[in-house]
Amino acid sequence: MPGTITDEIEIIDAGRGGGNDIPAGGDDDGEGPGGGSPGIPQRAYFTVIQLGLAGIVMFFMALTSSFLVRKGLGNDWVTFNFPRILWLNTLILLASSITIQIARRHLHEDQRAAFRRWWSVTTSLGILFLAGQFIAWRQLAGQGVFLVTNPSSSFFYVLTAAPGLHLFGGILALLYVSHRNWQRARISQGTAADVASIYWHCMDGLWVFLFALLYLGR
Amino acid sequence: MVTHESGGHHHPPSGFIRKYIFSLDHKVIGIQYYVLALFSVFVGMALSLLMRIHLVWPSAKMPFTPGGQMTPEQYLALLTMHGSIMVFMVLTTAPQSGFGNFILPIQIGAEDMAFPVLNMLSFWVTFLSLVVLISAFFVTGGAPISGWTAYPTLSALGQIAGPGQGAGQTLWVIGVAIFCIGALLGALNFITTTVDLRTKGMTLGRMPLTVWSWLITAILGLLAFGVLLAACLLLLLDRVAGTSFFIPGGLVVTDTPIVSHTGGSPLLWQHLFWFFGHPEVYIAILPGMGVTSHVLSTFSRKPVFGYKAMVGALSAIGFLGFCVWGHHMFISGMSPYSAFAFSLLTMTIGVPSAIKTFNWLGTLWGGKIRFTTAMMFGLGFVSLFVTGGLSGLFLAQPSIDLYLHDTYFVVAHFHLIMGVASIFGIFAATYFWFPKMFGRMLNETIGKIHFWFTFIGVYTIFMPMHFLGLAGHPRRYADTTGVNFLAPLHSVHYFITIAAMITITAQLLFLFNFFYSMKAGQKAADNPWNATTLEWSIPSPPPFDNFAGHIPVVYRGPYEFSVPGATDDYIPQHVTPERVGKAH
Repeated sequence: MPGTITDEIEIIDAGRGGGNDIPAGGDDDGEGPGGGSPGIPQRAYFTVIQLGLAGIVMFFMALTSSFLVRKGLGNDWVTFNFPRILWLNTLILLASSITIQIARRHLHEDQRAAFRRWWSVTTSLGILFLAGQFIAWRQLAGQGVFLVTNPSSSFFYVLTAAPGLHLFGGILALLYVSHRNWQRARISQGTAADVASIYWHCMDGLWVFLFALLYLGR
Repeated sequence: MVTHESGGHHHPPSGFIRKYIFSLDHKVIGIQYYVLALFSVFVGMALSLLMRIHLVWPSAKMPFTPGGQMTPEQYLALLTMHGSIMVFMVLTTAPQSGFGNFILPIQIGAEDMAFPVLNMLSFWVTFLSLVVLISAFFVTGGAPISGWTAYPTLSALGQIAGPGQGAGQTLWVIGVAIFCIGALLGALNFITTTVDLRTKGMTLGRMPLTVWSWLITAILGLLAFGVLLAACLLLLLDRVAGTSFFIPGGLVVTDTPIVSHTGGSPLLWQHLFWFFGHPEVYIAILPGMGVTSHVLSTFSRKPVFGYKAMVGALSAIGFLGFCVWGHHMFISGMSPYSAFAFSLLTMTIGVPSAIKTFNWLGTLWGGKIRFTTAMMFGLGFVSLFVTGGLSGLFLAQPSIDLYLHDTYFVVAHFHLIMGVASIFGIFAATYFWFPKMFGRMLNETIGKIHFWFTFIGVYTIFMPMHFLGLAGHPRRYADTTGVNFLAPLHSVHYFITIAAMITITAQLLFLFNFFYSMKAGQKAADNPWNATTLEWSIPSPPPFDNFAGHIPVVYRGPYEFSVPGATDDYIPQHVTPERVGKAH
């Protein structure tokens, strides 16, 4: 039952996102494993990172509520000596949020050398944080506190490993931003740096929250 | 048609692997999801058939059972895998990831999903989770016996808790955790695509209700699967690392004290699981609501009655879905005040549900109804949604739930509302969009026979289960012959099993129709249903980049049927006001 309304093609300049004036397509060069995929507006990268962070927050909220419920359940919660290096670790991560902002500013001012320098500093601080987490686990193991020792230590390991894993993802993102060949990318370096920094700041904030939870609830 | 040029370059892949296996094309990925669900649904049905046969003829020889006779543990393993495969691999996958992937980008005027590589990854991660889940059948001890809800302590203790609770349960937990990751990746793509890739003119108020339902479902998935992932992580640690998140102290299993665990809470798992689990019900059914609205409007030749109310109701159901998980736990010893709150919130869901039902009837009222197979499955969806929903009001009362909990009444309720209604949504979508997906029509005669067998079949299977439940018949019993008070109910089981056999056999009609029509069905026109949304403005099947580089501009809402003064009874979304003037 074909309709009688006929089509005619009239090409006009138009936008995306339900009628706003942002030009169609992104900076896609059409290269991809499948032979090319369409361009997308750069703001989609900001959307997806914010959504991804919402999912991550739900994951950690589930762990947080488990922590609070489990702690309140019984009398088997044992306090252990909180590894002091976590304080230093937290400072390192906070410092990395500052350095990533400095790096972004240099990128937007097109000072590439300074950007690379500060971006590398941020990456190094991230790696230092992960190393610090590892040292904290070694210190706990030295006290005889392992994953299964007590619910408090179980949560300690889970709530330090999980953000560590997420931060490891962040470090990969930082390395991607600094090493990608941007001539052939769908996403611009500025957008990638902005998106990576949003993720980084949120991981930073998340860690501060988890650190406070672990410290106050230990 | 007024269009604008797209920004990208579009080269269809040439090799078989890139085109059909590791494809980045949302349409191929949608079909991959659909085929995965199709395979899974037949596996799930086969498992249910074995269970039904065992319930009626407990001493019957069964395939794949050592000794030829099914043990209670094997029955529970079938039950667990039936539920898990159906919920995760069928109900979550086909309506959202299958049809959503294929149709959503086209309906909003996009050339693909926002992140095609992420999209491909989502599918393959989901495929991996299916492989891991099914591999539980083949390890020592077999598949787990703890049900799709995997309640600790049964699911947390390991091999000592029973056959299947060793490696099988571990694989289940890992499989579900992997599924969560795939679902999260998919949700990111769906939301971003809908938010950022709509074509010019496709305002929120012009989005088809299918798109709204996929969007809201994706939001639910984004917020719910992270919680299940966290729960799976803790359960896995309890199982393999010896932690005590969910395992309490003082347990004795078959005379063996469990001394390595203390202080954990099985209820903690239930809270986490149902915080995911109840939204999961809506993840399964919301896309069906969208499809039903779409199909009812198209084949009534009328706009959807109360479009904005429908969007509001979808949103309200989605939001309330996160507030009612406690109604699965009324008998867990929760405070009566909490139970009252959960009960009240649960019954509140009846309001948006009633709005939707009323509006579906309003859409039909006075319409020039075309009884296509898709329309019949859409009407079947409404029927099942009402029937299954009404029993939910009974279960929402804590005092009644105390009696009905874990009886066949619950089995009947959730199968009708979550299982079968969603499946009817999938069938409606299949019969509606098959011509667009494959360029050929499904056979309508076979389709209608399929519908009547399925519609009558599911009612004959699940309506009697309500009475079994009211009679106090517990669920998950492998054999009722040794239970005196259940003996008079055996004939009901017999009736249900025969109905199940006929209904499942009838699904072979669908399978035949699907594959036969794909090859030899009548060629489909671009717009065989005289429908209005953008997917019907392009060839069937669509080209690689959907719009051949010319993205349409949208001028009107999605359901402009029977517009007064117009010569045709439909006006597609992309038709300019000037063209309407000329054509009408």
